[in-house]
Amino acid sequence: MTTRTAISTLSRQRILSAWLFLAPMLVVLAAVALYPLARTIYFGFTDASIDFTSEAQWIGFRNYLEYLDYGDGEGEYFGLLADEGWWSAVWNTLRFTVTSVFFETVFGLVIALVLNTSFKGRALVRAAVLIPWAIPTIVSAKMWAWMMHDQFGILNDMLIRLHLISDPIAWTASPDTAMIAVMMVDIWKTTPFMALLILAGLQMVPADIYEAAKLDGVNPVRLFRKVTLPLIMPAVLVAVVFRALDALRVFDIVYVLTPNNDRTRTMSVFARENLFDFDKFAYGSAASTLLFLIVALLTISFIYATRMNVEADE
Amino acid sequence: MSPAITRLAKTAGFYLLVAVIILQAVFPFYYAILTSLESGQAIFEVNYLPTAVTFANYWGMIADGVFGKQILNSVFVATVVVCISLFLAVTAAFALSRIRFRGRGLLLLTILSVSMFPQIAVLSGLFEVIRILGLFNSLWSLVFSYMIFTLPFTVWVLTTFMRKMPIEIEEAAIMDGASSFTIIRRIFLPLMWPAMVTTGLLAFIHAWNEFLFALTFLSTDGQRTVPVAIALISGLSEFEVPWGNIMAASVIVTLPLIVLVLVFQRKIVSGLTAGAVKG
Repeated sequence: MTTRTAISTLSRQRILSAWLFLAPMLVVLAAVALYPLARTIYFGFTDASIDFTSEAQWIGFRNYLEYLDYGDGEGEYFGLLADEGWWSAVWNTLRFTVTSVFFETVFGLVIALVLNTSFKGRALVRAAVLIPWAIPTIVSAKMWAWMMHDQFGILNDMLIRLHLISDPIAWTASPDTAMIAVMMVDIWKTTPFMALLILAGLQMVPADIYEAAKLDGVNPVRLFRKVTLPLIMPAVLVAVVFRALDALRVFDIVYVLTPNNDRTRTMSVFARENLFDFDKFAYGSAASTLLFLIVALLTISFIYATRMNVEADE
Repeated sequence: MSPAITRLAKTAGFYLLVAVIILQAVFPFYYAILTSLESGQAIFEVNYLPTAVTFANYWGMIADGVFGKQILNSVFVATVVVCISLFLAVTAAFALSRIRFRGRGLLLLTILSVSMFPQIAVLSGLFEVIRILGLFNSLWSLVFSYMIFTLPFTVWVLTTFMRKMPIEIEEAAIMDGASSFTIIRRIFLPLMWPAMVTTGLLAFIHAWNEFLFALTFLSTDGQRTVPVAIALISGLSEFEVPWGNIMAASVIVTLPLIVLVLVFQRKIVSGLTAGAVKG
């Protein structure tokens, strides 16, 4: 009896100390994430302006959708859901996310497969591949902005020398190519991340599978499609989801590479412009809330779909 | 075609692919260095190889004075962020990995989901908090706000790391009646250095590169961190953008990162995959 009480006192003490240890971290997270998130959502339902956040008045869904009746049966819809600018930002973000993540996955897979074979100079390739990842996003945006300069850029020079184009392209300024420019920089910058995650998956495939296939003389393309790909699919999927969630909130590259461009303005850029440049604090908060909802729904469905096991040890 | 030729063609194709991979990865930064070493009219001629090397752009940035201050700002913010988040994360990870209590799984999920928050979703609320705390245009506003991405990440990685350690290592200490804090300090900390170096390094890089909060919460040149400083370098008109200076500044802030990443290659790769894949 006494030992049991002693043990339960001990474990009660351990549980108490667990919460004591967690408290500082939880307080900081609440102050820096949960409370600001709640305030952002709240501001979206008010008429808050940037200098008078404490005097915000509740106005319901008017930032989202409002019908103004002009009388005589005429009227107009206002608010985010009726704002063409917002929908264009949603469309830009989706286009950016789907295209960039697709190419990042394909290129990442190719690089991972190369890094997974043993050859002379593999260490060199691995090191080189890490370089784009190590370069700050802003720096990559500026580097590429310079390379894509319409008059002095080396990219136009290369393409003209190769006779692929006849006249220089204004990559970041022209409406037709601005989004392509943004995607190019993003794909260049984040493919290494994709490659590393897929490589981690590839390295878990047991080597004897390949040896057996080699002995049986299985065609390598067939081997890849029937054996390797299904085995690394979980790793690829996780990498795709992580990148997609990241791409949906893209801000830096767009803001620096193609400022004030309707063709590339993403949801994050739209929200920040309204918050701090256009003096529409409440409207920007509503846009932030919608972006949060989209990302949250995707995250929850991902966790649910994969039934992610957090308590992995049990 | 004879088998020998086929094999040769395959090898050649493979090494061609390898060459393309290396070239695309390295070339943009090589070209930034190249441009940073040119000045005057040479900048506006497309060169593939160095011509007349001059350090004028670098002297220009250093003589400016403000840029040096901005580098110090970035070093300060990233270092303090790493120290605070590691300290908070080690104790939290101990509780989350070594002690069984109700609600642990839910807590881990919540922490993980915070790392998925789009930064923009907390921006207006954080702006208000930072103004109320009187931190606007202070480097502490960044130290505070960067916790939103460094803390969940460090807690998550250190928890998975600590979980893998055998229970025996602390049993004896518990029997001796050592307090949990002593257990962390005397038993776990010495074993945790590798994991802490990795997560600390990744958190440092993340804080060093952050742009949105730094752009929003700081308003004067002397307070800015380097990513914002580089983004805001501009000439009097579109035709006078000082590309040489921008590239010199880019090289200065990127070179140490590349060296760090290459030195700690293996650790970083394992840290990245632990942060993303495990779970």
